[in-house]
Amino acid sequence: MKNFQIIKALSSSSAVASITKDTSVMFIAGGTNLVDLMKKNVVAPDKLIDINALDLKKIEFLNGKVSIGALAKNSQVAEDQSIKEKLPLLALALAAGASQQIRHMATVGGNMLQRTRCPYFYNTDMPCNKRVPKSGCGAIGGTNRMAAVFGTSDSCIAVHPSDMCVALAALDATVLVEGPKGKRQINFTDFHRLPGNTPEKDNTLEIRELITSIEIPDNNFTKNVHYLKVRDRSSYAFALVSVAVALELKNNVISNAKLAMGGVAHKPWRLTETEDFLKGKTASEDIFKQAGKLGMKGARGYGDNDFKLTLGANAITEALTIAASK
Amino acid sequence: MASKKTNENEVTPENSNSRRDFIKKSGLFTALALTPSTLVVASENKWDEKIAEYLETVPLSIEVNGKKHNLNIEPRTTLLDLLREQLQLTGTKKGCDHGQCGACTVHVNGTRILSCLSLATMQQNAQVTTIEGLSKGKKLHPMQEAFIKNDGFQCGYCTPGQIMSGIACIKEGHANSREEIKEYMSGNICRCGAYHNIVDAITEVKEGGKEL
Ligand SMILES: Cc1cc2nc3c(=O)[nH]c(=O)nc-3n(C[C@H](O)[C@H](O)[C@H](O)COP(=O)(O)OP(=O)(O)OC[C@H]3O[C@@H](n4cnc5c(N)ncnc54)[C@H](O)[C@@H]3O)c2cc1C
Ligand code: SF4
Ligand code: FES
Ligand code: FES
Repeated sequence: MKNFQIIKALSSSSAVASITKDTSVMFIAGGTNLVDLMKKNVVAPDKLIDINALDLKKIEFLNGKVSIGALAKNSQVAEDQSIKEKLPLLALALAAGASQQIRHMATVGGNMLQRTRCPYFYNTDMPCNKRVPKSGCGAIGGTNRMAAVFGTSDSCIAVHPSDMCVALAALDATVLVEGPKGKRQINFTDFHRLPGNTPEKDNTLEIRELITSIEIPDNNFTKNVHYLKVRDRSSYAFALVSVAVALELKNNVISNAKLAMGGVAHKPWRLTETEDFLKGKTASEDIFKQAGKLGMKGARGYGDNDFKLTLGANAITEALTIAASK
Repeated sequence: MASKKTNENEVTPENSNSRRDFIKKSGLFTALALTPSTLVVASENKWDEKIAEYLETVPLSIEVNGKKHNLNIEPRTTLLDLLREQLQLTGTKKGCDHGQCGACTVHVNGTRILSCLSLATMQQNAQVTTIEGLSKGKKLHPMQEAFIKNDGFQCGYCTPGQIMSGIACIKEGHANSREEIKEYMSGNICRCGAYHNIVDAITEVKEGGKEL
């Protein structure tokens, strides 16, 4: 790892002011992704701004919404009693990510900004448009078992690896950020982006912008929810495919449904068409099978990851079945 | 904003150009390089190295297993390398160095974390406990005893991390069933596959009900 300077920010405004326009200065929160990437020389900042002293760790239950500070730890949110009661889907998704040691270090903001686990992105000897723009994509035509099946481009087929973000996309969260031009809010589903011709950009955050918190509007998804994560071993592995489901059921009729998938796209993949299909239907095996097929409509495989088309449909059906039976 | 504080590591808009940038710009190195006599004296006294070292390191106060240390470290030093290379506490193991195995698990302020992904400089004034800090004199910690009794290892390489993680697993309240223990111990990989006996050891300590 290249040596660097590190300074501690004592206020959000000084943190923002200390970030320069290029990437030679970066924020560091839990460090679980950034330190790893710096060891591999995938990123090599000259200066780090340690944001851990900022007052952004609180979980607050406000009028009509829940606010979670960007520096709240993943384990802190996953194990908060009120989060478990009011937003069980979020708690489940967080608990399915990484390991307890990593969740104790990882923050909500850092989780959102973690980079892809595409092996070519991590290997500086390989071409990768996301790491070095216009250098080519190793995964297209290469090893691409983890790759996306929705929203890909000729430049990049990587997936966003977060579990937490899949639940937040399903729950209509909002991201609050602070930058040199002041504060703004971004819909969670607009926060991450598709690769297009600029896969080096994972999201719509501007350089120098700091995530300060996320907000989740109150909802009734306290019972029939499930986060299904399919992976190569039963714990401590990234998702091949994951599904976040939140249902409202009245006498077995679905009055409201939210669905999002992980492991299938460059961003958490919201299934709005499938949600609309489910609304008003009576929960049944057949309906959930149809929903699985509909959810994967338009998906395309790249060779090694073709299995995700069938796995994705089955995972949607399974997640709906489990959620409905709770 | 508290812009007049003397902490030189603090960012304020006024000093966000760092000390190192400033010195680079003010041309100290150029001056050294351009003045042969100074250069000779400097290198004889290892001044250039000292200046470089001073500029590249940051002070760190940290307590490890009850002992306070005041050190100067490079910002890139991980807590794992600090423990092993500078404090000679080699009980904490480096397995993967990338957060993927758990061999480097230590407790920081009572919480289990991965020391390989933690920058030591970000643990200012922290209290760190490593495997070396568990026993009381010759008396082993109950978790250490349980690992021996239950054969919770073969080669032993993952064991310090497993033990640190196992203690935390119980303290966090995540050792209520074998299933729960397996899930909350999944961050500690054992290449020898001693998992079954590791779960036995943790279960035994949990059921023993001792203060950990
Ligand atoms: C072995 C391993 C397994 C893992 N498995 C999973 C998994 O199964 N599921 C999963 O979801 N995740 C997994 N992770 C990833 C983990 O969740 C992330 O590394 C973590 O959430 C990142 O958070 P952090 O606070 O450590 O971020 P950091 O590493 O500190 O920062 C990450 C990035 O975010 C930026 N940043 C951080 N905070 C802010 C902010 N407030 N505003 C602006 N920029 C900011 C930093 O500049 C940096 O670029 C795994 C990680 C490892 C090492
Ligand atoms: S899929 Fe994206 S991240 Fe992976 S090699 Fe191609 S450009 Fe890089
Ligand atoms: S050495 Fe830290 S997790 Fe492997
Ligand atoms: S005992 Fe050998 S790795 Fe666990």
